[in-house]
Amino acid sequence: MTTTIKPASDVLEKKEPAVKSNKASVYKTNQLNLWYGSNHALKNIDLDIKENEVTAIIGPSGCGKSTFIKTLNRMIETIPSVKTSGEIIYRDRNIFSKKYQVEELRTKVGMVFQKPNPFPKSIYENIAYGPRIHGIKNKKTLDEIVEKSLRGAAIWDEVKDRLNENAYGLSGGQQQRICIARCLAIEPDVILMDEPTSALDPISTLKVEELVQNLKKEYSIIIVTHNMQQAARISDKTAFFLNGEVVEYDETNKIFSNPTDDRTEDYISGRFG
Amino acid sequence: MRYINHEEVASKTKKRLTKNTIFKGVFAAATTFGLIVLTILLYRIITQGSGYISLDFFTSFASRIPENSGIKAAIAGSIYLMLVVAPVSMFLGVGTAIYLEEYATKNRFNTFIKINISNLAGVPSVVFGLLGLTIFARFFDLGISILAAGLTMSLLILPIIIVASQEAIRAVPNELREASFAMGATKWQTILRVVLPASIPGILTGSILALSRAIGETAPLVVLGIPTILMFMPDGLLSTFTALPMQIFDWTKRPQVEFHDVAAGGIIVLMALLLFMNSIAVFIRNKYQNRY
Repeated sequence: MTTTIKPASDVLEKKEPAVKSNKASVYKTNQLNLWYGSNHALKNIDLDIKENEVTAIIGPSGCGKSTFIKTLNRMIETIPSVKTSGEIIYRDRNIFSKKYQVEELRTKVGMVFQKPNPFPKSIYENIAYGPRIHGIKNKKTLDEIVEKSLRGAAIWDEVKDRLNENAYGLSGGQQQRICIARCLAIEPDVILMDEPTSALDPISTLKVEELVQNLKKEYSIIIVTHNMQQAARISDKTAFFLNGEVVEYDETNKIFSNPTDDRTEDYISGRFG
Repeated sequence: MRYINHEEVASKTKKRLTKNTIFKGVFAAATTFGLIVLTILLYRIITQGSGYISLDFFTSFASRIPENSGIKAAIAGSIYLMLVVAPVSMFLGVGTAIYLEEYATKNRFNTFIKINISNLAGVPSVVFGLLGLTIFARFFDLGISILAAGLTMSLLILPIIIVASQEAIRAVPNELREASFAMGATKWQTILRVVLPASIPGILTGSILALSRAIGETAPLVVLGIPTILMFMPDGLLSTFTALPMQIFDWTKRPQVEFHDVAAGGIIVLMALLLFMNSIAVFIRNKYQNRY
């Protein structure tokens, strides 16, 4: 019965939009430009990403959405020809600053990749990997982190009896949730997700989407997706990228019901892309 | 308009199938040729040498009398040699491979190094012998010692280990490195905890095959002037020594026919050793295959 009649507190929360805009920013980009050699991939990006929200990044292939999300934890620098200009301010610090070590940044900003990429180790060792590299050796602490992270990624019940089995024996959807749990184990502030469900079947996709909804209570999530319905279902804000530019960035409801720019409307109504 | 004339295709099918059969036969014959040669070789060696294989063969030194000859000094020398070659060549080889694959940036100089390491693998072993003689034996004044020969042999097999290790490291999917970096791991942590565990089977297989080449190699030892007959055991890394292939080489040179049979006995021991090392490599490869 409680499912049909909503408690008063829930109704109150629904009136929140005005409060939401007062949330602190996790990321602010300032005239961010990025080049692959001579290819200008990101052009003057100015985005303000708030904490405890799901921010979706949508756009057609090659629009720079994956490039953008990989710039946020500087993973893009593994490609040698990349040059950047402008600033990305993460919690009041410019991540391009020489003093900012990427190792430090990436401990606060976790990432989940397009293709599930667990290590060829046991499930336990996969989750314990992050804490171990950051110096946690105590077995009991590690056990607790592993359980907490697996619970956080809603996969504890499925794997608790086979923590010592190789993670490669799991299904694709389970592997992706293991990767999310592995990311939670470093207790990040932000989680970047680069098309996390594109290699998964619909049921696994649904599980990951539910998970994202739960995770935003504790984490800020930035998710790249080429699935517009997914963006509409799970995100609070949506940024529409086209040819390396941000065409529109607004509340997801607004983008999908009443976009300002014609190109956004064309894209979300399926006229191109 | 149709481009494929099906009647013509049908009439030519038989000819195509005949060609297929002919080539199958040619390639099978090529394989058989190698097998036949190997069988004859093994048969001759085993019939000649098996009579000399006994416990005494392993526990006596070389002698003027064929019946009393043994490989005690030679086998000890070969083992000592491996004790130098294995750690030196594996440390240098795997280290180089890690540097080239994981740390080195892609530029012309590094590409040049990579290509030339493969070329180095094709340099004749006599040349490495001359190098060892000039640098280790003379310049560093190590003389005709286990250390000098071991370092020379290490250089000889270094390119093989580097190339094998590079391939094993390259086979580790990049997504695994990315996953590690994205959690804030340093390059070294990623290498130690992700790349090496995934590539160690390939690295070990390549290294063991390279070591088995070093244990059977004769030419560099000849150039270094390693003695063929020793009546004492080596007592340290700077001691002089003899090795199995040298001992065999010496016996086959002798005019007395009986010594040729003793040599065959030595060859059996050497081949058993090589087979043992190769089977370890195969075992490692099978055990850890398809981990990702």
